[in-house]
Amino acid sequence: MIAIVDYGAGNIKSLQFALNKLNLASCLTTDVQTIEQSNAIILPGVGAFKDAMETLDHLGLTKTLLEEAANGKPLLGICLGMQLFYEKSFEDGEWEGLGLLQGNVSRISNSVKVPHIGWNTLARLINSPLVKDLSNQDYVYFVHSYAVQDYEQNSLIASTSYGGIIPAIVQQNNIIGMQFHPEKSGKTGLQLLQNFGELIS
Amino acid sequence: MVKKMLAKRIIPCLDVDKGRVVKGKKFQDIKDVANPVELAKRYNEAGADELVFYDITASNEEREIFLDIVEEVAREIAIPFTVGGGIRTVQDIHRVLRSGADKVSINSAAVKNPSLIKEAALKFGSQCVVLSIDAKQTEENLWQVFINGGRKNTGMDAIEWAKCGEELGAGEIVVNAIDTDGEKGGYNLELTKLIAAAVSLPIVASGGAGKLEHFSEVLQPGCADAALAASVFHYGEIAIPDLKKYLNENNITVRGDF
Repeated sequence: MIAIVDYGAGNIKSLQFALNKLNLASCLTTDVQTIEQSNAIILPGVGAFKDAMETLDHLGLTKTLLEEAANGKPLLGICLGMQLFYEKSFEDGEWEGLGLLQGNVSRISNSVKVPHIGWNTLARLINSPLVKDLSNQDYVYFVHSYAVQDYEQNSLIASTSYGGIIPAIVQQNNIIGMQFHPEKSGKTGLQLLQNFGELIS
Repeated sequence: MVKKMLAKRIIPCLDVDKGRVVKGKKFQDIKDVANPVELAKRYNEAGADELVFYDITASNEEREIFLDIVEEVAREIAIPFTVGGGIRTVQDIHRVLRSGADKVSINSAAVKNPSLIKEAALKFGSQCVVLSIDAKQTEENLWQVFINGGRKNTGMDAIEWAKCGEELGAGEIVVNAIDTDGEKGGYNLELTKLIAAAVSLPIVASGGAGKLEHFSEVLQPGCADAALAASVFHYGEIAIPDLKKYLNENNITVRGDF
């Protein structure tokens, strides 16, 4: 069972529908025990970094996520969920993240329109099981105004280009992040979720 | 080969009334065309990059039917979609996002209550708040914002309103030119360019698509980032794969295998 952390208001039903299509069992939850008993966790996310961290703290989930990450449980962060894995964000201030990955989150360069909305290509840097059966330059759907910077180079699986290099897929052991929305990225996105599903059991 | 980069988007728009997709010309003379879920699946398979659903009636009981459709669409397709029509409160936005929509498009309600854009952007993030502007040219070099389905002139300047929307926190702007809507004579390039130059948000052009060339015109640099159309797709006058092939051949980056 994959625990989808239901800590905010956004569209997480689509994520669950996508997992259903792939026959990956999931539940929407904020319950500590359910999360502890799951065999993988997805941290989705829309909205603001600060609010998301505060909500996780308020629900008592920050500690749980850190413990589960330390136990080696696969953890997938999507969009803001991925950004929360990093040490710090400069979104409207300066906020501490979960610190599971080295790096910080800053606004996308003003040389391009922000938010970065739409289909952009994945340039694959590392041949990981996570990107199995994908072709180079496959399109995925992004919607975000902030992106990860100063990250560990060897955690970068795939990037995209928008006002500079934007980390699109990152992985360090059991911690995986996708800056785009796999659940909204057509067949390519479903393949990525399928690949994540294969990493689990 | 076209250099790979952020792709221009093709967005079929489905006006939904009592659970059916309909198409009006200049917002009137509405005709029934299809089942929204079936049409959404068809467009997804054809390579549409996004979809928009407008609930054009939005009475309370019909609202529930509409939310069921939103959920069914989310279940069936894995591309982003926007919901508009009858969005008046943060609670309305919450409901459509929870039903599986990715963005909400706010039009008349934002004019009547601009803080709705701000509240929604703070609560759900700018990326899911689309400001939809129905504009009509009333004098030379003057486009004014119309509301209530294009029936009422607000007296507001459309370009100023777009700037204001950006400041309030909208993440994208739909420019719907009432003059060209349903006429199939091409998008309103002048208005689209003016708004694109006034804000630094992605721009979706709407109203007037009739031929392949209309899409390539409006998707040029400095104009729109996405093109929205309804009847040319609903009636099969333009097939999305043909359109994308055409755009690719005309050096416009689009998602697809060529």
